[in-house]
Amino acid sequence: MEPLLNAVKGKFMFLSVTLDLLRGFYETFKVFGLTLLFALPLGLVIAFGSMSKFKPLSFLVKTFVWIIRGTPLMLQLIAFFYGPGLLFGMRAMPRFTAVMVAFVINYACYFSEIYRGGIEGIPRGQYEAGQVLGMTKSQIFFKVVLLQVIKRIVPPMSNEIITLVKDTSLARIIAVYEIIWNAQSYIKSDGLIWPLFYTAAFYLVFCGGLTLLFGYIEKKLSYFRS
Amino acid sequence: MSVLEVKDIKKAFGKTEVLKGISFSLEKGEVLVIIGSSGSGKTTLLRCLNFLETADEGTISVDGKLLFDGDMSSLSDNQIRENRLHFGLVFQNFNLFPQYTVLQNVTLAPTLLKKNGAQEIEENARQLIKRVGLIEKLNNYPCELSGGQQQRVAIARALALNPDILCFDEPTSALDPELTGEVLKVIKGLKSKDSTMIIVTHEMEFAKNVADKVIFMADGVIEEMGTPQEVFDNPRSPKTQHFLSKSMEEF
Repeated sequence: MEPLLNAVKGKFMFLSVTLDLLRGFYETFKVFGLTLLFALPLGLVIAFGSMSKFKPLSFLVKTFVWIIRGTPLMLQLIAFFYGPGLLFGMRAMPRFTAVMVAFVINYACYFSEIYRGGIEGIPRGQYEAGQVLGMTKSQIFFKVVLLQVIKRIVPPMSNEIITLVKDTSLARIIAVYEIIWNAQSYIKSDGLIWPLFYTAAFYLVFCGGLTLLFGYIEKKLSYFRS
Repeated sequence: MSVLEVKDIKKAFGKTEVLKGISFSLEKGEVLVIIGSSGSGKTTLLRCLNFLETADEGTISVDGKLLFDGDMSSLSDNQIRENRLHFGLVFQNFNLFPQYTVLQNVTLAPTLLKKNGAQEIEENARQLIKRVGLIEKLNNYPCELSGGQQQRVAIARALALNPDILCFDEPTSALDPELTGEVLKVIKGLKSKDSTMIIVTHEMEFAKNVADKVIFMADGVIEEMGTPQEVFDNPRSPKTQHFLSKSMEEF
């Protein structure tokens, strides 16, 4: 009787852990999705800033990118959450907001460097061809350069975005209940370690999906060589 | 009246004077060939005409209209764009747009500039592509073409805007020797009484053959200017003689 009972209990346990981890993964996915939503366009703005011909602006932006890329994201999370209170006696932002601010700024800086590499890698002849054909600057950017930039940045972007999936686990450092936090709580409450390792399956499935998606995009853009 | 009037164009990059006062004029329907060794300023001159570089001094007039008076800062972006449309430029490296088909490469600029209705633009493009002998490649992408074919598309693309003066910047220098012929043949085929062209080239036989007027440039100045017979067969300047004997050298 005892083993059977344990087996049934085990099955229920697995189900309830799975549901719990799914709930945690929803939080993980929210950090991931919102970071992309804001960091992708912000990164482009930062890229244009660092490429600006106005030296003070490009210096300022480059210094900012250096600071963000030169310090751990974990430290930035702590700084955005506790910093305003410690420095100015302000009330801390809600935890999730602090996570979003840190992630968006951090990833925007990384994306900006990818954009910059992509844009600067376009041969000058492409711009000049557009110019001698009487196109405006924005026509040259949107009709000639943009798709070539996208093609160039898909591989490094996919790399960075897959890193982001796993970096979301850093959110637990300021107690945002993402999947790792949820799994870890089983160690204390039930003495179970396997839920923690079980989280790997969630990450793997999600990253597998992303890998397929980026592979598809790369293939879609393989009809031309730039 | 001359279609193109260039007076005393000067251009320096930092302390290096690349053009030290270039003046010439061109009649409608004339083909001007510019020869000279690398670094003599030929390409810079073409780029100044196309407003890819800004000359430091001098004037450029097309059809009697002053496009450039030595001061670019007085020109708005739109005026510069309009000025450019008097000229077409075919690059050494073709610079086709890789993500567009042959047809799209030719129709893109006229469509963006709203030169005509879509149907007219496409019809015109097909005709130009046929003229450069690539009608069967209409829907191919540049990466599927040989260098010679790409350059012919680039020529069709430049013609689609119907420029007053079409410039060629060493159009065959990036091509394998066996592909230069097809491009030169197309360029020669464009010669007619209303197409004015300026060709920078190292192909001396071709130059002699197609030119109405030849300029030999050396160290940023026009060393010698005249008919092909004058420049090629009876060069007066020792520099021209030296250059020609070097480039006609047979092994």
